[in-house]
Amino acid sequence: MKTFTFRIGGVHPDENKITAEVATKVAALPKQAIIPLSQHIGAPAKAVVKKGDKVKAGTLIAEAGGFVSAPIFSSVSGTVAKVDMAVDASGYRKPAVFIDVEGDEWEESIDRSDKLERLSDHPELTPEEIVNRVRANGVVGMGGACFPTSIKLTPPPTAKAEWVIINGVECEPYITADYRLMMEHADEILEGVEILMKAVKVDKGFIGIEDNKPKAIELFNQKVKFHPNIKVVPLAKKYPQGGEKQLVDAVVRRQVPAPPAIPVNVGAVVQNVGTAFAVYEAVMKNKPLFERYVTVTGKKLANPGNFIVRMGTPMKQLIEACGGLPEGDNKILAGGPMMGKALPTVDVPVVKGTNSVTILTDDDAKRKEPNPCIRCAKCVSACPMGLEPFLLATLSAHKDWERDEKEDIVSCIECGSCQFTCPAHRPLLDNIRTGKQTVMGIIRARAAEAAAAKKAAEEKAAQAAK
Amino acid sequence: MYLIIPIIVLGLVGLIAAIILYACSKKFAVEEDPRLGAISEVLPQANCGGCGFPGCSGFAAACVNASAKGSLGDLNCSVGGPECMGKIADILGLAAGEATPKVAVVRCNGSCANRPRIAQYDGLMTCRTVNSCGAGETACGFGCLGCGDCVAACKFDAIHMNPETGLPEVDDEKCVACGACVKACPRFIIELRKKGKGKGMRIWVDCVNKDKGAAAKNACKAACIGCGMCEKVCQFDAVHIENNIAYIDQDKCRLCRKCESVCPQDAIHSNGFPKPVEKKKLADLLPKPKPEAEAAPAEQPTAPAAEAKPAENADNNNEQNKEA
Repeated sequence: MKTFTFRIGGVHPDENKITAEVATKVAALPKQAIIPLSQHIGAPAKAVVKKGDKVKAGTLIAEAGGFVSAPIFSSVSGTVAKVDMAVDASGYRKPAVFIDVEGDEWEESIDRSDKLERLSDHPELTPEEIVNRVRANGVVGMGGACFPTSIKLTPPPTAKAEWVIINGVECEPYITADYRLMMEHADEILEGVEILMKAVKVDKGFIGIEDNKPKAIELFNQKVKFHPNIKVVPLAKKYPQGGEKQLVDAVVRRQVPAPPAIPVNVGAVVQNVGTAFAVYEAVMKNKPLFERYVTVTGKKLANPGNFIVRMGTPMKQLIEACGGLPEGDNKILAGGPMMGKALPTVDVPVVKGTNSVTILTDDDAKRKEPNPCIRCAKCVSACPMGLEPFLLATLSAHKDWERDEKEDIVSCIECGSCQFTCPAHRPLLDNIRTGKQTVMGIIRARAAEAAAAKKAAEEKAAQAAK
Repeated sequence: MYLIIPIIVLGLVGLIAAIILYACSKKFAVEEDPRLGAISEVLPQANCGGCGFPGCSGFAAACVNASAKGSLGDLNCSVGGPECMGKIADILGLAAGEATPKVAVVRCNGSCANRPRIAQYDGLMTCRTVNSCGAGETACGFGCLGCGDCVAACKFDAIHMNPETGLPEVDDEKCVACGACVKACPRFIIELRKKGKGKGMRIWVDCVNKDKGAAAKNACKAACIGCGMCEKVCQFDAVHIENNIAYIDQDKCRLCRKCESVCPQDAIHSNGFPKPVEKKKLADLLPKPKPEAEAAPAEQPTAPAAEAKPAENADNNNEQNKEA
């Protein structure tokens, strides 16, 4: 089998996919669902329910708060207890809707049958209609970044999409949610890909799957016989292959330029397999995005597994379903060990972007003592964006934001390869992330200033014209 | 001869160069206000940026520009202090503006005893980084992170971490109110406040937690819960609750310390007063209804009378309200 991969950098962390062959279970409903209003990139959603309102699974509880935003739906049936603040995966208290669960009643508009709907049977679905349904059902990128999918499906007029690339890479260690989804819902995913291809008006689709999932590759190779426009691309295992830009390079051999360029500027629309499945359910079954596949894993966890989880289920409940927190010092991550976010508490709810709850215990949980940089440049060879992490980290530590910007710090995808590969255990990404946030703030402030100056000049000109 | 020729040649070259230099210096002379140099000389040359201008030369230029308007206005070099501003005013032939001395105040009392640690952070120990990772080691997402970005930012050795409390402490003597720590703090905890008379008599709310009462209290024993007692007791309209947090307007505050004496959370702190404050009940401090009351306080008597009773349980009541 010929495999492909991206050309710059990359690392090979231990896979630890201990839950790969554990069949997915449906997680029990929580007693109280905590549904944060900010589950996506962009403006937080605006709550449209109030205390005492009755909701069903699939009821709209918050509408999109802007153009880059997504509506949020209730994942359970019951009564709204309050709209208050709750700690979410960011570690801060953010607005959330608390719903006391009563029974499990779904909105009637949702088609709950298992029948596979084929796109070819639904000629009424125009690209616009597909995008509208995706937007209305609150679908966001399920890979973790949670960018509203409907926006990705309407590329800017300057760019032309040529392919849809589906990300079935799951390069992050430990996580197997996408793999289980691929094994259990291959037909639906492929229909989802067809829908995505129709939405962006292209006739070529790729599904990139890493070669550490041979069963998935085999299964999809069999299934794509009925989808002549879709091709399975086996990829050599390397982290961070699941990054959009890396995947585009691996599959179609095109390099995405530095920001603000996005993959569609080189003709690729990249979506996660989870997103393809969510799009299928949203378009064909009219089912809003309110549940997802989540891996709950950890070497010391008694019964790690994969679950279909309603949004708003506290992670505590999932961990308890797997045998509870192991003894010792635990680090609980929303996501995997490379890019996951450490949580200060287990009361954090599962949201649209939670692909995994990873529990690292004892030695795995602790960082090693950092030593001085020995200038070995391993981080430079590992960086998949071709940056110089040691330099960016030093510049950020010294607050040299101008030079940081010149060295292209905003290109950093925060994959953590540099920190992973560093033999001196330097906190490279910690520094770079701080620098990136600061530089992006400076760039935004500059843009806002320029816009204000332009507006002032226009007003002045208009007055002079009068 | 071997010696004379080079001397003559070099002498001539030197002479020609001197003439060219002289001509150029006259022709391309940059006209600089002589007062700029004079002001720069009296400035401390710390280039701290505390005045809001890029360095001392920037401030000197601003002073000269301001002199055209006839007044120094708000310009103040906090490092040099009134003495330095007096000298600048003399140079410019103006009356020196009277600037109130200010000092950096750390508005967090989340010491290790008050604020239990719920998690352990072992990444890069700078406040900026911890702040971007989440609430930090405690449940309070607003309070001090204790990594000392402010200490690193201070050029005057005026702010230090107290290892017992894990909080920074400002040295009144050394602080020049340049504002470097204010900018360095990612959570905007440090504020420049009036230094106060005497030993620095001032009063401030020692908390910036905007969470609702119950959540704030769970995170930190010393948190302001926004109960509003200080707002009620203040006769000068100086204390206001906004976003579940009290804030004392230092221009309106008359340092009566009534707010401090009623605060159920001990979240209001004072400095430089001769005696520690006596704890009092809200009801005792509210103005008693007076028969000959004037128009303005006329509406007050009825309201406090109604509030007087629940005031004793105001803490509990507020908690219940918040939780409800």
